[in-house]
Amino acid sequence: MLEIKNLKKTFNKGTINEKAALTGVSLTLNDGDFCTIIGGNGAGKSTILNAIAGVWPVDSGSIVLNGHDITWLPEHKRAKYIGRVFQDPMMGTAATMQIDENLALAARRGQSRFLKPGTTEAERTHYVDLLRSLDLGLEDRLTSKVGLLSGGQRQAITLLMASLKKPDLLLLDEHTAALDPKTAKKVLDLSDLIIQENQLTALMVTHNMKDAIAHGNRLIMMSDGNIIYDVSGEEKENLQVTDLLHKFEEAGSSDAVNDRLVLN
Amino acid sequence: MGAFLNAMPGVIAQGLIWGILAIGVYITFKVLDFADMTVDGSFSLGGATTVMAILAGFDVSIALLAGVLTAMIAGYVTGILHTIFKIPAILSGILTQLGLYSINMRIMGKSTQAVSVDKYALIVSIRFVNETIVIALIFVAAVIALLYIFFGTEIGSAIRATGCNQNMARAQGINTGRCIRLGLVIGNGLVGLSGGLIAQYQGFSDVNSGRGAIVIGLAAVIIGEVVFGSRHNFAFKLATSVLGAVIYYIVIQIVLQLGLKSDYLKLLSASIVALFMAIPAIQSYWQNGKRMIRRKS
Ligand SMILES: Nc1ncnc2c1ncn2[C@@H]1O[C@H](COP(=O)(O)OP(=O)(O)OP(=O)(O)O)[C@@H](O)[C@H]1O
Ligand SMILES: [Mg+2]
Repeated sequence: MLEIKNLKKTFNKGTINEKAALTGVSLTLNDGDFCTIIGGNGAGKSTILNAIAGVWPVDSGSIVLNGHDITWLPEHKRAKYIGRVFQDPMMGTAATMQIDENLALAARRGQSRFLKPGTTEAERTHYVDLLRSLDLGLEDRLTSKVGLLSGGQRQAITLLMASLKKPDLLLLDEHTAALDPKTAKKVLDLSDLIIQENQLTALMVTHNMKDAIAHGNRLIMMSDGNIIYDVSGEEKENLQVTDLLHKFEEAGSSDAVNDRLVLN
Repeated sequence: MGAFLNAMPGVIAQGLIWGILAIGVYITFKVLDFADMTVDGSFSLGGATTVMAILAGFDVSIALLAGVLTAMIAGYVTGILHTIFKIPAILSGILTQLGLYSINMRIMGKSTQAVSVDKYALIVSIRFVNETIVIALIFVAAVIALLYIFFGTEIGSAIRATGCNQNMARAQGINTGRCIRLGLVIGNGLVGLSGGLIAQYQGFSDVNSGRGAIVIGLAAVIIGEVVFGSRHNFAFKLATSVLGAVIYYIVIQIVLQLGLKSDYLKLLSASIVALFMAIPAIQSYWQNGKRMIRRKS
């Protein structure tokens, strides 16, 4: 269970660029919740994910994940509990390292690292099976440098890495936005599959309202650094894009409706 | 030509010992992606510590080990400045390097200290060039083998990931600050080893011996890549950096033989490195055509 209480973050405090990116967000996710997040540019969607991941310290509030208070834990320490996939396909993998080496790094997330072999033979056989299940032809390329792969392949591997060691929480920040529509769909389907198979608790930011409605069991809308709409269960299943547009209009905030929101 | 050939064994011996420094620079510059200016200071430090420990009566191998350890500490200081106090990488190295000048002077008591192969059982010496080549080769092989194994371990992989993509590394639970410090300790330890061996080889340590060492290290790494290509495994890449150092000293010997004044050597080294590091940019300007150049300026 994820419990966020009154989380606040202001960037560039005391300068003309001051920006209140989170203005007291509270959110509770139950185990197995798959929650999509929508909102205009600058609404604070990435900021809330970065706050949970610990990219920088927040100003106030608390983040408790499965009973652990992680609010002040450094980023690499909370990685033990959290799997992440980023918008930029370059960001989630080490380009100069092989596919198996990347996976092996992820398999050791949250563990102490020693002078033991970085990748074992048993692991490699396991990875081949996992890669085969992706159906991207990567099972024969275990020792290829990740830098040689396409964006979609890299995102698929990053997804695999994020779930290789079951995380308490999976954070997906527009992880299909940089991909062409066909690849985006494939990676999105894969995300669904991985979340279901491992019964993960997940937060997924997307600009595509249809995707936000079609995936997960809960949807939140953000505007001006806070949550302005929160639906789940049956209400979410019956949600239409027009309902969401209405909500955006109601909010009437500057960043609510803009060009980057994909309507269909 | 005769003089040139006569000089060859000495040049190769020197190149191989500097090759250990080149491996250290490869670790920090290529693996860790950290332009480590500490090197100039830690090279002299390795030499100064080794020579003074020998003169103080310690066993030569213990003295050399002391040189390695002090150089490691220097790398650690740079790492602390950068990872804990968030000082930019280049400046962190420059600060350590500058501080080391005083420390090296303090260690030696004056700017140079001689150590005679007649009085001490030095590991290498300019007086026994052929033996030096064999011993240097053994050192190089041992260093490459150890590093090859180390960078295949969990800790080694974590350092490589840190050098490649810190974001990814932290997301995988890697303490990137600690990895950077460890990488700098290893890199500078090798630089100190090189410095300690060169001091024995020459028969003296000099507070200025490390001036421009980072540039020579980079030149060796780049020459190795250009001559032997970069699509090789890790052990081979380290070996090509050592060969790069040997080629560097052969080239230097040639231009000296052609009559270049030794005052110009540093200008030559700097130009070689600047030229080779500029090649990717020059190539892309070339490919993108003149329009691109015009728009940029
Ligand atoms: N590291 C940072 N430093 C300064 N300002 C930041 C930083 N990160 C985010 N911001 C600002 O905080 C606000 C919220 O940004 P955030 O990235 O969370 O938006 P978002 O909802 O993810 O939008 P988008 O759809 O464009 O990704 C923006 O005004 C942004 O400029
Ligand atoms: Mg964003």
